[in-house]
Amino acid sequence: MTDLVTPRVSTRRAIPLFGSLWPIAIVILAAFAAFFLFPYDLAFLTRIVIMMVFVLSFDLILGYAGIATLGHAAMYGCGAYAAGLFALHISPDPLVGLLIGATAGALIGWASGLVLLRTHGMTLLIISIAVTMVLQEAASKARWLTGGADGLPGISVSPILGFFEFDFVGQVAFIYSVCVLVAVLVLCHVLVSSPFGLALRGIKNSASRMRAIGTPVYRRKVTVYTIAGAIAGIAGALAAQVTGLVGLEVFNFSLSADVMVMLILGGAGRLYGALIGTLIFMTVHHVAASIDPFNWLFVIGFMLLVVVFALPDGLVSLPARLVRFLRRA
Amino acid sequence: MSIILSILVDGIAYGMILFMISVGLSITMGLMRIINLAHGGFALFGGAMAHVLTIRMGMPFLGAFLLSVLGVVVIAAPLERLLYRHIYGFDELGQVLATVGIVFLMIATVNLFLGSTILAIRSPEVFTTAVNLGFKTLPFHRVVVIASGMVLLAGLWLLVEKTRFGIYLRAAVDNRNAAASLGIDTPRVYLAAFSLGAGLAATGGILGAELLPIEAYYPLRYMVLFLIVVAVGGLGSVAGSFFAALGLGILDTFGRYLLPDIGPIFFFLAIIMLLALRPNGLLGRAG
Repeated sequence: MTDLVTPRVSTRRAIPLFGSLWPIAIVILAAFAAFFLFPYDLAFLTRIVIMMVFVLSFDLILGYAGIATLGHAAMYGCGAYAAGLFALHISPDPLVGLLIGATAGALIGWASGLVLLRTHGMTLLIISIAVTMVLQEAASKARWLTGGADGLPGISVSPILGFFEFDFVGQVAFIYSVCVLVAVLVLCHVLVSSPFGLALRGIKNSASRMRAIGTPVYRRKVTVYTIAGAIAGIAGALAAQVTGLVGLEVFNFSLSADVMVMLILGGAGRLYGALIGTLIFMTVHHVAASIDPFNWLFVIGFMLLVVVFALPDGLVSLPARLVRFLRRA
Repeated sequence: MSIILSILVDGIAYGMILFMISVGLSITMGLMRIINLAHGGFALFGGAMAHVLTIRMGMPFLGAFLLSVLGVVVIAAPLERLLYRHIYGFDELGQVLATVGIVFLMIATVNLFLGSTILAIRSPEVFTTAVNLGFKTLPFHRVVVIASGMVLLAGLWLLVEKTRFGIYLRAAVDNRNAAASLGIDTPRVYLAAFSLGAGLAATGGILGAELLPIEAYYPLRYMVLFLIVVAVGGLGSVAGSFFAALGLGILDTFGRYLLPDIGPIFFFLAIIMLLALRPNGLLGRAG
């Protein structure tokens, strides 16, 4: 096994750590530009950044490990509720809150992953949806803890690191979210260019071949599902802290579906694909919803069909396709 | 005792509705190997048309019912020809995305014309009268639902087991390439099976409107329920869908009546365990 894999790892590793850090640099630059260009839309920009964190976590399991689920909201929601409850009852510290959210997401990812990664195809999809529905039902019934349908209102957090207080315009919230996004990006980058990341790609391409060369496929999948759960939990916790409220809609099916759409739109299996997809989806959503809030589903439905039929590899494959098309013409 | 009996009757009626809506899904999934998340949309269309015909145009129920089912078949057939045909060839993820896209478009269409409130269907007066069975009285609606479920089961059994179309269908479910090479016109079998499934879904949607109220988000709200019936019953199996639908209908109804707080949680946990242990369903074949 080592003979087959190690040489590829070493060659890949030599370049990526510095060579392809440019997406991270671009994210930081774009965040700076956005901060000064759209000072009145910071709340919306923060939502985009949080969704980027969430979509990145989904990219790990769908794009890299090839596990298609429709229940990714489960981990996001658990992270949001955990962070919200923590801030309300125990301590208002935001960074510890993120950690709690990550732990909650990882726990639920691990527990549900143990069951659902034994299956595949439609059964896996159904179980992943069912897990989210169980959680939503539980959150709506446990009124004493979660506030039921009213949700958890009035979550407030203390200044970050004791210095930076959340302000009314949302400047601190935006910078805070961008910092979290960059940290998650670096983490994902290290993860996918590690031997573990290579094993995941191998599993996506052919699970039986990976089994044949001695990779514990099931255990690798549970591991990545748990890590993705932790990151999704961070996204949920971030949303809870920034918006100050958590409701049952964090477990909505449409959130899981939206995440899948954003990822596929941008291009699964590439970290910057997740970022681009989220940016475009959220912007189109924002614009379409402000023009006509009721018919937004038409837009997303058509967008899905267009992507599936015309751009199966997502928008990031567009330049390469254009080049090929021009060369032929 | 009488409580248990009435729960049982409600559960069976509910199961029959689930059966009608899901059996078409099971057949198309077994036949075309497609994960169709938009199947509930046909039940929604059926219910929405019945709403428009009975409430807004004042048609009598029976005529509206037949016209709506026919209308859904007329919508489903070209949809299969133009859209679904291309989706069969996609990988799993592509199928999920494409059919989620279709279900969003269906919801948006109903939402555009009829709004997102509950769309009531005016059922005939006799549905609310009580029927005395000697040991128990039942609302006539339940009797109608259970009877139509049985009739549809018998009809499907005859169709699948006794007709030429049934032979083609079973051959194509077992091995579509072999069936095609033996000269069976599989695209036409697909078209017929798809339209039939859509018609059945519309039937279930209209008859079951009292138990599963029709509104724009119906296909998403109950999607998981229909998928569970198919997964538990095994793909492509009429009998499997029937027993799975009845069992799940009774289980869910009992859970909701006897444990109102944790009924749905218990139901979904039971399903998760069942599917984890038997990923191919109770009567499903391997693969």
